[in-house]
Amino acid sequence: MTAVQDAPVQAEIGKDRRRKEDERLITGRTRWTDNITLPGMLHLAMVRSPFAHARITSIDKSAAEQAPNVVGVFTGRDLEDSMGTLITAWPVTTDQVTPNHPPVAVDRVAFAGEIVAVVAARSAAEARDAAELVDVEYEELPAVLDLKEANTDSVLAHPDLGTNKSALWVFDSAEAGTGGNVEDAISQARQDGIVIEREYRQQRLIPCFMEPRSTVVDPTAEQLTVWTSSQIPHITRFALAATMGIPESKIRVIAPDVGGGFGGKLQITPEEWATVTVARRLGKPAKYTETRSESLVSGHHGRDQWQKITLSATKDGTVTGLKVELLADLGAYAGIVGGGVPVLGAFMYNAIYKFPAYHWQVQNLYTNKTWVDAYRGAGRPEATYAIERVIDELAAEVGVDPLEIREKNWIKHEEFPFTTVAGLEYDSGNYEAATARAKEMFGYDELRAEQRRRRESGDRVQLGIGVSTYTEMCGLAPSRVLGQLNYAAGGWEHASIRFSGTGKVEVVTGASAHGQGHETAFSQIVADRLGVPFEDVEVLHGDTQISTKGYDTYGSRSLVVGGEALVRAADKVIEKAKPIAAHLLEASVDDIEFSGGRFSVRGTDQGMGIAEIATAVFAAHNLPDGVEASIDADATYDPVNFSYPHGTHLCAVEVDTETGETKLRKYVACDDVGNIINPLIVSGQVHGGLVQGISQALWEEAVYDESGTLVSGSFVDYLLPTAADTISFEIDHTTSPSTTNSLGTKGVGEAGTIASTPAVVNAIVDAVRHLGVNDIQMPCTPERVWKAIQGGGSGGSTEGAAMPHFESGGAAGNQEQPGTSSTEGGLA
Amino acid sequence: MTKISLTVDGTQVSDDVEPRMLLVQYLREKLGKTGTVVGCDTSNCGACTVHLDGKSVKSCNVLAVQADGAEVTTVEGLATNGRLHPVQEAFRECHGLQCGYCTPGMIMQTIDLLNENPSPSEEEIRTGLEGNLCRCTGYHNIVRAVQHAASTEAGAR
Repeated sequence: MTAVQDAPVQAEIGKDRRRKEDERLITGRTRWTDNITLPGMLHLAMVRSPFAHARITSIDKSAAEQAPNVVGVFTGRDLEDSMGTLITAWPVTTDQVTPNHPPVAVDRVAFAGEIVAVVAARSAAEARDAAELVDVEYEELPAVLDLKEANTDSVLAHPDLGTNKSALWVFDSAEAGTGGNVEDAISQARQDGIVIEREYRQQRLIPCFMEPRSTVVDPTAEQLTVWTSSQIPHITRFALAATMGIPESKIRVIAPDVGGGFGGKLQITPEEWATVTVARRLGKPAKYTETRSESLVSGHHGRDQWQKITLSATKDGTVTGLKVELLADLGAYAGIVGGGVPVLGAFMYNAIYKFPAYHWQVQNLYTNKTWVDAYRGAGRPEATYAIERVIDELAAEVGVDPLEIREKNWIKHEEFPFTTVAGLEYDSGNYEAATARAKEMFGYDELRAEQRRRRESGDRVQLGIGVSTYTEMCGLAPSRVLGQLNYAAGGWEHASIRFSGTGKVEVVTGASAHGQGHETAFSQIVADRLGVPFEDVEVLHGDTQISTKGYDTYGSRSLVVGGEALVRAADKVIEKAKPIAAHLLEASVDDIEFSGGRFSVRGTDQGMGIAEIATAVFAAHNLPDGVEASIDADATYDPVNFSYPHGTHLCAVEVDTETGETKLRKYVACDDVGNIINPLIVSGQVHGGLVQGISQALWEEAVYDESGTLVSGSFVDYLLPTAADTISFEIDHTTSPSTTNSLGTKGVGEAGTIASTPAVVNAIVDAVRHLGVNDIQMPCTPERVWKAIQGGGSGGSTEGAAMPHFESGGAAGNQEQPGTSSTEGGLA
Repeated sequence: MTKISLTVDGTQVSDDVEPRMLLVQYLREKLGKTGTVVGCDTSNCGACTVHLDGKSVKSCNVLAVQADGAEVTTVEGLATNGRLHPVQEAFRECHGLQCGYCTPGMIMQTIDLLNENPSPSEEEIRTGLEGNLCRCTGYHNIVRAVQHAASTEAGAR
């Protein structure tokens, strides 16, 4: 026996490995796209429309063309024949109305910020200087900015379409055979039960990844090479080929180090398409890097929905039906996921509860605002917000603790696997365990006692406790399901594992990380599966010439789908190596066992390590007849189901009833994300997610003025939280492994964001409910909270408050007060 | 054009620059010091933070000509003899970064913060980093990293 054989095999999975990525990131040895400089590279600047909706009547480029070191100025008309178009992958219905989306506007602009001309110059500064010299004449057209007004078609975002309505998508449990008729449930409850009707506002948010988007294109090589700050290099390559008529084999897309995405870089962008087109036109490498202000106005936004919720229950608070009617703003164009984002919420409003009847519908609408697409959670945070808010209203109506009403209605742990009224099969979960642990960490009963004391003493500062018991669907997605939903692509993921002659392992994944730590977590998975040292595994990704196949990173899919592809590739490697090991060990293949990186002959002490096999295969001097000189393997994994992380989040907020100021006092999260590969990475994902969700509740909103200008269009105006605004969190996990993948993982990327928004708003409403408040519109600014306490409903829209310098009486206050009513059957 | 001479990460450099050129543009475009990054255009995000004569500055808020004769340290100049600065180590140890884009600025600001206050409270850390935005970590582990660096540096003294 050698020392190697004696060494205990320590599991990598579950270890809090420090990240492989960090060395380069903490020393500045980074490869952000904007860091790339190529010989003779030109720099681009965009000329953008200041109008939300206008006809372009003329463009005078002459002054810009004569500016120093300008190489070319291009209008949409100039590029029309070569620039392709921007496509949506998800027309949610077969009759979806979709406007054409030229990367550079040709004769009409549909939102303020849309590109109308591109300037190429030898330096970025010269390009920007020249962009200011492009003289564009516009004829302003009426703009539709308000979502509810858009639904009336009185003003059209795209007059040629004849309507603002993109698609109406409906799910009904009675029609689908997954549950009862919701109208019956509601009318029954109007007679002898409880009906809660609420309308919630999902304000418009901006993803705000820290790295502004950048694209560098080199058209001079055999393959057109595109470096881009993107979550989706593979999808970008496909879409470039599909819309520009370039063979896909002639395109190489590289997402180098990418500085955050949160869905915001899950897009094919006008800027990418324009850069490719101009670089090809000039035959020179070209770079475009956006400013932050450009990023905020032209990168897609998130959320922006009105949610009308009707919940029916029996008098004791047992839920009987849920009806959801949404209006969703797509902005001016349908993005790559586009109209599918709200639809991703369709299966989640019933959440962890046993609703016997369910109806869900969304009306997707176009407006003359920045387009809206995936943003952290994409459809699922909206769902969780609405259901967790309205369940609190039910608890208040019945007069019981919010946790009690949840427990009465949730799926019990012994009921898994459970088929929901939305038709999904939840494979595993234990809501009781997560809730018990969260309550214990929180000191729930003590804080409730303090809340009572403050209420009784009429304390100026009231305490509110917010509950959020969420679940989400992760691991996007089974391709068959995507096909049924009319999505144009699949949801599988690809992995390859290859051994070098020196026994080192290269792992290629089709997932494309931008901060998630794949290089570390995937190394841990492969190290365990193949029994090789963590340090010997190199994870390669984000370059379509290295990682030739994949569906990239979003929707908490990388680990659940991409990780399973890795496992399957590793298992194939082992199977390929077995006959070689048998041959070299002079044993029958049936007697070969693999464990801890070693092939051994059953019942003997004979064996050899997998790296030794790799070396033997590299030399290929002594292989069994008919066996190829490779143990490398690929796997493509298509999931059969989603995975369903869940958790219980508890939040304590202090509300100053005289000023409306809110202060986070304590936040506890107990999440069940299945088996954990790296607890350090998981905790980081949860912390960051929490702040994004909390930030929607308290701070963030993309605000437009009455002419359609984004007034929160810089980091001065769009309120991102700082370290001083936030608190430290207490997090823990319960574990019920997923049964849908070998590793038992569920995905963690969006849990914090999904859970925290309703937890915070529930806490604020809970603090002031005794003052007659049952809703406060997000973001819960001190002004809104104060107004709600003063009897002003949910606090009103932001527009007026955000723009005291604009004259009143315009269309600024374009968001109606949400209607709230609650009727108890039999008393009316 | 104006001629400037300065020291960047211990190396003497001299260039003719446009008077309007920002220090961060000078570092990135003229010197290839791309470890320092640009995250916004309103001096809110702090991603471009460097040290100018030992004090942290947002290098998008300083003209290159203002750095004439000065000593500039970027994240690329922190490691000595192949050893990481304790604050760099602390960010890795405490998982104080995810995408890493804000990290150079966070590290430079943290060093300045600890120079001024070697044992800050959590509140002092949070206030001290108020000018640096992060979208990934929720700041939780960044605060831990600063605390970790403070304790290891105290241990080293």
